[in-house]
Order: sequence, then structure tokens, then C-alpha cells
Amino acid sequence: MSTNLPTPLLEAKAVAKHFGGVKALRDVSLTIRHGEIYGLIGPNGAGKTTFFNCMTGLYVPDGGGFTFDGAPLVADAPQHAAARGIARTFQNIRLFGNMTALENVMVGRHVRTRAGVIGAMLNTSATRAEEAAIRQRAIDLLHYVRIEDRAGDLAKNLSYGDQRRLEIARALATEPKLLCLDEPAAGMNATETEELRELIEGIRDDGTTILLIEHDVKLVMGLCDRVAVLDYGALVIEDVPAVVQKDQRVIEAYLGA
Amino acid sequence: MSKWLNPRSAFGITLIAVALLGLPFVAAMGGQAWVRILDFAILYVFLALGLNIVVGYAGLLDLGYIAFYAVGAYTWALLASPHFGLHLPIWAILPIGAALACLAGVLLGSPTLKLRGDYLAIVTLGFGEIVRIFMNNLNAPVNITNGPQGITLIDPVAFGDFKFSGNTQLFGLTLSGPMKYYYLLVALAILVVIINLRLQNSRIGRAWQAIREDEIAAKAVGINTRNIKLLAFAMGASFGGIAGGVFAAMQGFVSPESFSLMESIMILAMVVLGGMGHIPGVILGAVLLSILPEALRYGVGPIQMALFGKMMVDPESLRMLVFGLALVLVMRFKPAGLWPSPERKRELSEKRTEGKA
Ligand SMILES: Nc1ncnc2c1ncn2[C@@H]1O[C@H](COP(=O)(O)OP(=O)(O)OP(=O)(O)O)[C@@H](O)[C@H]1O
Ligand SMILES: [Mg+2]
Repeated sequence: MSTNLPTPLLEAKAVAKHFGGVKALRDVSLTIRHGEIYGLIGPNGAGKTTFFNCMTGLYVPDGGGFTFDGAPLVADAPQHAAARGIARTFQNIRLFGNMTALENVMVGRHVRTRAGVIGAMLNTSATRAEEAAIRQRAIDLLHYVRIEDRAGDLAKNLSYGDQRRLEIARALATEPKLLCLDEPAAGMNATETEELRELIEGIRDDGTTILLIEHDVKLVMGLCDRVAVLDYGALVIEDVPAVVQKDQRVIEAYLGA
Repeated sequence: MSKWLNPRSAFGITLIAVALLGLPFVAAMGGQAWVRILDFAILYVFLALGLNIVVGYAGLLDLGYIAFYAVGAYTWALLASPHFGLHLPIWAILPIGAALACLAGVLLGSPTLKLRGDYLAIVTLGFGEIVRIFMNNLNAPVNITNGPQGITLIDPVAFGDFKFSGNTQLFGLTLSGPMKYYYLLVALAILVVIINLRLQNSRIGRAWQAIREDEIAAKAVGINTRNIKLLAFAMGASFGGIAGGVFAAMQGFVSPESFSLMESIMILAMVVLGGMGHIPGVILGAVLLSILPEALRYGVGPIQMALFGKMMVDPESLRMLVFGLALVLVMRFKPAGLWPSPERKRELSEKRTEGKA
């Protein structure tokens, strides 16, 4: 609410997106500050995932746009979003199923490394050094999300919870400034959710800003510094959890008034 | 890397090397025709490994691969034959052929990048046919390809005075033309195996596999899917171009007939039947599918004569029958190919134990 803050990490300005007659996003404006855990909640079909997709370049918004880290984001170019420092996970997990867990994370290093075909064919010392660094970093990240013992297994053979963790490790491998998690706790039991919560807090403490979509209101309110609520594609409120929780419009949206 | 140093692999490699060196002499006992069959088997290994980059790694279903082979073959034919009176050396022609094929790959790749699966297959199929028809018709108004008659009297591969056609005496052994080509092809095939291996475990190779597995997720981690797919097309096409050049030199003759859709399908079948994306599997697929039909061709006739005293079935049609049957059986019982990668195999066996538990 205060105005004399440093420039935000992400600023969405009047982002609009519609699919035929469905207005999935109606002029959504919000700001995410450096170092916070920012929650994005709302009933099913509210437009949360659509917001992610617009931000990460999978969809081109029909109106408005994003400023990230001081410069505008190019629409329709997911690879640029990743290069700029936005990483994401998917609501319906999207791993590289027939690659090992380790390889999945190694792919995440793609955007921060440069070896090309010629280097690989000639197996130059620069390529070998980079390859070793990629591998080491990927192993470290598997340790970080605590699935190092599954490194050699195909991603599709991992348990559901481990797949969620692997997706986070792959996203972290791109060295994001902003990590966007789309319902990471979906389908998890209480213990798994608690472990996930610790993981997310750890990632934030290590310096990555987090945008979290989640249906588990308890998790969101306990974890997030600020929360935005979407309903029918429109932003209802953006504030600290204590305020959001008491807001009449939010209560109505969730109770289906 | 230390894998290479352990004595068992060293022994295995020595064994394979001796077998590869001795093979043409064994084949030659059955006549030079068998050495030529071997030559083609190795050439198909080369082609299949090139296609493996596109289909196996990047997961792009390419049914027009033979077009790049054609580009390479015609490049050699035009630059080293009396047709234009040009006789460029191998170190000039092969790179030109590879570069032209690479260009053709990019030409095919760029408009088709948004297509996947079946749609891509149809467009590439069309592309393969277009190239063949071009070769067929580029004899008027200016005669470039000599049309359906093809180009004859193509120069053989030669390094200085050493020609790969005709017999050579070496250490008291007589090496025939096909035998010399065999060694050249084996050397090239080993090179392409090494390149395939290195690409597979590289940043680009992983990006290809990521696109194959999930293109949206690949984009989300920052892979420029358009460029990386184009690269796969270009790499695969270059290998096709090199193979085509050697083919033209070895045959001494090219005509559009050699570059039919059936050839594209054959090479694709080698990759799929052997084990997509798994180098030993692809090699096995290429060797089996190139040698078995020939063995049938030479074997079936005499056997029928011996058993029935007359020809019951035309060996040529039996060949296609057996080929089709083999494909159906493999796809039914070994859907991942005859020799899939260990990961895929482990996954299958895991499923089996899960089923029992
Ligand atoms: N690609 C698409 N084509 C057509 N309609 C879409 C598309 N993506 C989303 N929608 C529609 O836009 C609206 C918002 O969907 P979105 O997936 O963003 O909701 P959400 O808030 O993520 O919901 P959930 O909590 O169920 O994940 C829905 O009505 C949905 O049907
Ligand atoms: Mg959603």
C-alpha cells in the first residue's frame, strides 16, 4: 500500500485475455515485490493459470502487459521469459517423462549454458567443462529438493510428490528471479504439504521471489506475504493475508454467493 | 570415460574390430555380391543414424529423409562426372553435398516447425516426392540432372591416386572395389556413431529429447524450440547428404528411381524397428532390414528349387511379405524396438513386477 517502495520485480498492467466469449482475465493489475511469497487464489476457472500462461509467454494477452525487473516482457516468447528469469511449474505436471530425473534438471540448465553442436561433436574441453558443471548443478538441485536417490529413474516413474519436486528442481535450474508454482500442493497429503511448505520457504530464503497459485487456503494464508484474489477473471483484492481473509467479497467468492 | 579402459570392454571392442575387419573376406567367399550387400548395410547404418537424430532424439516424424540422400548423391554426380565435365576431389564434394543437404533440411524444416506427428509426416513425405520429381524433370529446358536416365560414369571415391574402384594389392591380399568401400563406410559409420553418442549426451541432445517429450515444458525452461528443431533437421540432413555422396560414387550411377518413398519408409522402419533413439538398436535395425531381404532374395529361390523343383513364390514378393510380417510382429511384441535403451527396458520390467505384486 505504501508508495515509496523500490521498483517491484513484476508489474502486471491491465492484463486481459479472452477465449471466444469467455473473459478469462479482465484488466488484471498487480505487483510482486522482490523477495516475497505472493499468493494467487480464486475459485476454479477464475483465470489463475491463464495469468501464468500470459506472463510466461505461452499465451499472448489481448490487452495490457507485464514489466519484469525493470523492462517489459515480450509476449509470445516463452524462451525469453525463462531467459529473463521467470520459471514455472505446471498445474498438470509436465515433465520429460522418458528422461531421467537428473536429465530433466539438466535440461533446465539449457538457458544458462551455451555449448552448441560443433562443441559437442568435437567434444572440446570447454564443452566437457560446461557439461560437468551442468551435471554437478543438477545433482545439487536434486539434493536441494531431496530426491537425489531418484536421479537415475525415468521422470514418469517417480511418485506424484517426487514429480512435483522434480518440476521445482527443473525450474530452479534456470536460475529464476521469480518462481511461479501452479498448485504445487494439489493431491498431496498433510505431511507432504508440510514438507512442500518448508521447501518453498527455503527457496524464498535463498533469494528467489515466489508466485504461488494454490487452492489450499490455509497453506496460502500461512505462507504468503501478500495475496491476490481472482474471481471471474477480475482482481478482487491484493493485500496481506490478514486483510484478505476478512474481506467480504473474498468470502462471498469462495462461498459462492 | 573410464568405461573404455576396463578390460572387458577393451576385449569386446577388439573382438568387434577384428570381426569388422575380417567380415568382407568372409562375405567375399560367397561372391562380391555379398560384399556389396555388406556395403549397403553399412550405408544404411549411416543413414539410419542420421535419421535417428531427427526421429529418435527430436521426435520429428520425417518421411522424406531420402530427399537429403538424393541431394547428396546428385551433388556428387554433378560435380564428379562427365555430365558437366567436372571432376572435383572428395574433400570438396562431400562438404558441398552435406551443406546443400543441410540447406534442404532447413528449407523443409522452417515451414513445418509448427506441425507435429502425422501432419509433419505428410509434409515431409511430400517434400521427399518433390525432390525426386525435380530430379526426374530437371533435364529441360536446361539439362541439369539428365532426367529419368540419370547420370552415369560418376567418379569413384579417390584419395590422390588411390581409387576405391577396381582391385588393389595390399600386403599380399587382393582388395576388390566393394571391399575398399566397405572399409571406408565402416570408418564413416564409426564416426557417425561417435557423433551420435556425443550429441545424445550434450546440451543440444537433451534439448532435442525435451522437445520430443513435451514441447510446452521445453519452451517454459527456455529452449528456443524453433531453432533447436531446425538444428535437428539440418544435422540429420547433412548426414543424409554425405551418405548420398558415397552412394553415388560407389554405384557410379544415380537416377531418381533410387530415391523413392519406399526408401524413406525403409530407413524409418530401421530406426523404429531397432529401437528409436538407442544407437545399438538403430544399428541392429539397419543391418537386419538391409541384409535379411537380400538373404531372402538369394536364399528363397534355390531352396524352392531344391524342395519343389520349381518356383512357387516369386522371391521379390516374398521379401515384402516377410518384411511386413516382421514389422507387425516387432510392433506387437516389442513396441519399443528390438533393442531399446536400457532405461526403456527397465521401465518395462518394472511394470511387469508391479503387475505381479
Ligand atoms: N486454452 C483455452 N481455451 C479456451 N478456454 C480456456 C483456455 N484456457 C483457459 N480457458 C478458460 O478460461 C477460464 C480460466 O481458466 P484457468 O485455467 O485460468 O482457471 P484457473 O483459475 O487456473 O482454474 P483452476 O483452479 O481450475 O485451475 C476458464 O473458464 C477456462 O475454461
Ligand atoms: Mg489453474
